Amino acid sequence: MTTAAAAAPPSEFRTGLTNAKLGVWLFLASEVMLFATLFTTYIVLRLGASEWPRGWEVLNVPLGFTNTLVLIVSSVTMVMAYAKCWDRDYKGFRIYLGVTIALGFVFLGIKSFEWAAKFRVHHFPSTSIYYALYFTMTGLHGLHVICGMIVNGALFVLSKKEWDHPLFMGRVEGSGLFWHFVDIVWIFLFPTFYLL
Amino acid sequence: MSDAQHGHAPQSFWRRYVFATDHKVIGLQYFFTSWVFLLVGFSMVLLMRWELAYPGVPIPLVGRLISPLLAPGGIMTGELYNSLGAMHGTLMIFLGIVPLGFAAFGNYILPLQIGADDMAFPRINMASYWLYFVGGILMLSSFILPGGAAQSGWTSYAPLAEFNPGQTTWLVSMVLIITSSLLGAINFLTTGINMRAPGLSLFRLPVFVWAQLVTSVLLLLAFPPLEAAAVLQLMDRVLHTSFFIPAGLVVLGTKVAASGGGSPLLWEHLFWFLGHPEVYVLLLPAMGIVCEIIAANTRKPLHGYKIIVFSMLAIGVLSFVVWAHHMFVSGMSPMLGNFFLVTTMIISVPSVAILTSMIYSLQGGSIRFTVPMLFALAFMPLFGIGGLTGLPLGLTVTDIYLHDTYYIIGHFHYVVVTGSIIALMGGVYHWFPKWFGRKMNDFWGKVHFWGSVLAMNGVFFPMFIIGLQGQSRRLYDPTAQLHNLPGQPWHIVSTISAGLLMLFQLPFVINVIHGIFWGEKTEENPWKATTLEWACPSPPPHGNFEKPPRVYHDPYGYSVPGYRQDWLPQNVEWEGA
Repeated sequence: MTTAAAAAPPSEFRTGLTNAKLGVWLFLASEVMLFATLFTTYIVLRLGASEWPRGWEVLNVPLGFTNTLVLIVSSVTMVMAYAKCWDRDYKGFRIYLGVTIALGFVFLGIKSFEWAAKFRVHHFPSTSIYYALYFTMTGLHGLHVICGMIVNGALFVLSKKEWDHPLFMGRVEGSGLFWHFVDIVWIFLFPTFYLL
Repeated sequence: MSDAQHGHAPQSFWRRYVFATDHKVIGLQYFFTSWVFLLVGFSMVLLMRWELAYPGVPIPLVGRLISPLLAPGGIMTGELYNSLGAMHGTLMIFLGIVPLGFAAFGNYILPLQIGADDMAFPRINMASYWLYFVGGILMLSSFILPGGAAQSGWTSYAPLAEFNPGQTTWLVSMVLIITSSLLGAINFLTTGINMRAPGLSLFRLPVFVWAQLVTSVLLLLAFPPLEAAAVLQLMDRVLHTSFFIPAGLVVLGTKVAASGGGSPLLWEHLFWFLGHPEVYVLLLPAMGIVCEIIAANTRKPLHGYKIIVFSMLAIGVLSFVVWAHHMFVSGMSPMLGNFFLVTTMIISVPSVAILTSMIYSLQGGSIRFTVPMLFALAFMPLFGIGGLTGLPLGLTVTDIYLHDTYYIIGHFHYVVVTGSIIALMGGVYHWFPKWFGRKMNDFWGKVHFWGSVLAMNGVFFPMFIIGLQGQSRRLYDPTAQLHNLPGQPWHIVSTISAGLLMLFQLPFVINVIHGIFWGEKTEENPWKATTLEWACPSPPPHGNFEKPPRVYHDPYGYSVPGYRQDWLPQNVEWEGA
């Protein structure tokens, strides 16, 4: 989109929300249904199982806990990036957004280390229903982390040119909403697989 | 953002017609693509109907063209029959009626009816169409891919679907199609909520817009569970997990080498959690179209506008708590069955309220028997048959007998074909002048109407009879069992009618093509209708309205006392109203 064409002020929105913000919230509603289905599957299959491994005995709790902290901190830095956007502090924005993306890499690094450790001892999705759920749900969550990082990365690059674009702040907000959602999903995933 | 306000630089052919972002072009892309899928899906069922009427007889004309692996000597194999059955359901529902009723009509008409210049997210709109297109092509091409087409029915029940060939392609295409629908739903909701013209409050929205918005909510919240379920089944097939494979499962005498611990019943729950709202996704846009046609052709306001709107909202909510009435005989708890029996009886109330309002709308009107009005009038009794024959299926006691018989096929085809498709055909005749600035031929429209309605009843009514006789819907050779023989003549009636139904689509197809290029030219508002889509040129230019419209009235200002003509457009300011 050229800057000239897009620089037009958004026409009046009936709800006072921009289309982008409303759209992101609706998208998150569908995402909630997606993950709710997976958690429901977890409950149904666990209730029907004759035995279920204890999460803290098969998974690495300290690593999972570290990853939880990493994502929570990244949510804070995401908010800070948005706040810097409001303050029109270009440098601060790029620092905080950069840290958010970097923390995404840290999360994925730890996660892939955990997965690799499982593969090394021949624990695969086909091993048991517990591992099937574990790999599928954390895998799908990991894909969401990657998507969030791609959007944040795109904003990081675009900010050079479109820092003053009237819709830029809205895009940062939308990306932030998605990032927080991904964070919340992990906050449910961590106790479900590691602690219960 | 749409670039409507900035003048329209001439666009290349590709940007304009292929990778288009204009909601009208995308609407027409959906329109043509979904009709192709509908006709292909219909052709598949013609082959199946031949096999049902004349089992073991070579298929005439095309039998020799089919690969000898699937139809040696032109005689259909059971595998081919199963594939055609699964693909017929999938094509008609996910690639035909939803994209036609929701995406095609919605894309073209919804922004016009709310006075917007485009959808909220034009590029996401383009992405939805292309995801749908690629998913559809992949689905169709599964016939020639290794493993062939899916054979496990459109419901893909586990554990059958876990091992049948062709299922992996089906699942991948479904994920693409679902993603397309989700993007569409987000787009429609944002547009409808956020981009209404000034003065167009929620209760001034045409019923069609309400229908599209409720449909979008259903798609938005019901499709993700199926998407998740499809991913899980894909995991089962590709990475050998056991989400839907129980422990100790034996297939063809050998124990399945899987860890087990999964639940086949879980697949049914997840599938029908989408599957039932999906019925209303097929139906609500059709009801919206019928309401628009009735109002314009009775020249009076719809009876019970608010009743219709609240009924649609009630259907939207209730459709999420009726799904397990598809599973009464699945072995789930009978207590659960009672709950779903009650909710199913309740959801019939708003549907009947809408139908009753439609019928009351006719009372005292000056009815014009135009071609779209004929379709709208046929919708009411025929959809009524479809709806009422569903009640015995919603009651657990009668369902045990009727489940999996031809009766249920008759029931849902009356709902979807003589209900949805009849209404969608009417919608084509109604909005065609807006799309192309030309009219369709009236005489051939009537030929199409009478031929189709009679043939449809000929196809589906016999199914009630053989269903009540207890014939199973899953047989590819009904004559193999002695007790089915008395019903065989009805299969022949049904098959001949199906052939006639296909024949009567010929005038329709020719009428559409002829109309686009050589039809009688028409003006902005040929039906003298009141809603906003008739206040812009036919066809509307890029950006739609010359200046953004303002709305002053309720949607159906027909025969307003004291006004100089019998229609008062929503965007015309008049003191007397």
